[in-house]
Amino acid sequence: MRKFTVQSGLVMPLDRANVDTDFIIPKQFLKSIKRSGFGVNLFDEHRYMDKGEPGRDNSGRPLNPDFVMNKPRYKGASVLLARENFGCGSSREHAPWALDDYGFRVIIAPSYADIFFNNCFKNGILPIVIDRKIVDEIFGEVEANTGYSLLVDLEKQVIVKPDGNSIPFAVDSFRKYCLLHGLDDIGLTLQDAGDIKAFESRWKTAAPWYFGVQA
Amino acid sequence: MTGKTLYDKLWDSHLVKQRDDGTALIYIDRQLIHEVTSPQAFEGLRMAGRRPWRAEANFATPDHNIPTTREERRLGLEGIRDPISRIQVTTLDDNCKEFGIFELDMNDERQGIVHVVGPEQGATLPGMTIVCGDSHTSTHGALGALAHGIGTSEVEHVMATQCLLQTKMRNMLIRVDGRLNPGVTAKDIVLAIIGEIGTAGGTGYTIEFGGEAIRSLSVEGRMTVCNMAIEAGARAGLIAVDETTLAYIKGRPFAPKGDMWEKAAAAWRGLVSDADAHFDRVVVIDAADIIPQVTWGTSPEMVAPITGEIPDPEKELDPSRRDNMRQALKYMGLQPGTRITDIKLDCIFIGSCTNSRIEDLRAAAAVVKGRKVAANIEMALVVPGSGLVKKQAEAEGLDKIFIDAGLEWREPGCSMCLAMNADQLGAGKHCASTSNRNFEGRQGFGGRTHLVSPAMAAAAAIHGHFVDVRDILFTTDRLV
Repeated sequence: MRKFTVQSGLVMPLDRANVDTDFIIPKQFLKSIKRSGFGVNLFDEHRYMDKGEPGRDNSGRPLNPDFVMNKPRYKGASVLLARENFGCGSSREHAPWALDDYGFRVIIAPSYADIFFNNCFKNGILPIVIDRKIVDEIFGEVEANTGYSLLVDLEKQVIVKPDGNSIPFAVDSFRKYCLLHGLDDIGLTLQDAGDIKAFESRWKTAAPWYFGVQA
Repeated sequence: MTGKTLYDKLWDSHLVKQRDDGTALIYIDRQLIHEVTSPQAFEGLRMAGRRPWRAEANFATPDHNIPTTREERRLGLEGIRDPISRIQVTTLDDNCKEFGIFELDMNDERQGIVHVVGPEQGATLPGMTIVCGDSHTSTHGALGALAHGIGTSEVEHVMATQCLLQTKMRNMLIRVDGRLNPGVTAKDIVLAIIGEIGTAGGTGYTIEFGGEAIRSLSVEGRMTVCNMAIEAGARAGLIAVDETTLAYIKGRPFAPKGDMWEKAAAAWRGLVSDADAHFDRVVVIDAADIIPQVTWGTSPEMVAPITGEIPDPEKELDPSRRDNMRQALKYMGLQPGTRITDIKLDCIFIGSCTNSRIEDLRAAAAVVKGRKVAANIEMALVVPGSGLVKKQAEAEGLDKIFIDAGLEWREPGCSMCLAMNADQLGAGKHCASTSNRNFEGRQGFGGRTHLVSPAMAAAAAIHGHFVDVRDILFTTDRLV
């Protein structure tokens, strides 16, 4: 997994609450058996005028000029600014895969759906929770200033605005550690293999009906 | 020392290691697997040279991509016309073979929607921790298990370590007191709850559903309620174990037998919250207030009773909610003030992991029996949740009832719930659906979904628009 230390980038505002994971990556793209290549279909249903299909060439597709992502001023954005309950609905991890593949490294929102929030950390994306009023202010600033970008320092846990002001944010310390070091969850957990085996042995004695069962 | 909630008990009994920062390693008893969220997990295992920690703890079946027409299913894998879908299904077959995982493949009679098949086979049991790469895993909480959806990376993690890294949620109790009125079902209970607490009302919580109305539901009804816990924002929903639960499980293929059964049942009877357990939030609902529900918007919380009308966004004080409502009505092509009974329909879908079990099919059949689908209904599908549900329904003659009424009787799968296969709702078409999500495009690009109970979907099929199923005379069969 890629390390996340300091990220500085152009901000794209997605001014809509309750953006669900199907909005982020529609269900037809879940047919892929790969983990990559979803970026070109990020926000597919709102980004393009026609319906996208997996395996199709997207270069000739008609773009929706009204969708924020297609406005030239937001090209190359790596920070996504969003509203409440971002990432609700289905558990598809394809949603952060699509965001990551497109180039988003940071999301800033007042709240997230639980499964999506977890999935971001597994994929080197930092989802930051910021007070609703501050998010609202930033929306205003982004819209008023072309080229608005933010710097996110994970170690210091701050977002630095163009005017130099800092917004502190909270983040779970274990997740922070894994992001900073690009650490894979599985390798870390297997360091506790002894504890897992010990638990399993006790559990098998206490609840044997869960073990060794075949239909 | 205060007592423990059911969630506390399930958490504590599976805690392998508590880390200083509040995250915990939780042991997972059962991982359910389907074809959409597993390929990359298996690939990850393979690339790292790892084997599953405990292959027997995994249980797989394909459900999202597979076709539901008999003609296509007869052809087996060849019947999956979309090559990309076919690859996903064959990839699951190959992966299960390679890693020694039990699979009910698409040609197996027992195959079906993973959250229907799991409990049906006794593969999901009380007291278990259960995960699956699917948000409706919460369904199995109805058996007194801690069950929730996970992402593909976590699927791989569970395969490799048999554990999940988790932060403990807070405890919420939703108590539904009293008795449901006739014609009001489990689906109406959970839609009413979501209408009350909102789609983020349960975020950060594990919800326990309790109260007399919940207790008096069958296990299938309880599964309907827990299935939609995720739509209220809660990853997991639970219902305490009682004799109803045990009667459901006894004798199922993967359930313990003989002496082992007696011991297990004794242990499972303790899977209830202690009388003095503390819940961080309690919501109380009077069952008698619940009326058959219909969603009118693009979120499960945009719901109204059948006797009501579509609300006016301009009366909504919160600007964000007002915008959401305006957008939803625009997408749905509906006007504020319209009576729910005036919403005309084009399509009916009876199926999904929420409502495709035998009791759901009986309830729908009781309404359509001897009647005909209305002329304005272009498509009406009944998709049983598993091969065994289908078989039982046919033994009871339900398939004939549906076909005689003009509905299509299909093969098991997720089908039009999310339309990953060919069963898709056309743009601009309104569908009365027994599924769990009405987001924009969920059932098809531009499709307009209205979530209802099976009996309400059946009544809508006959009348061509929504009607109050309580006004329709039904037989002595009690609706779920």
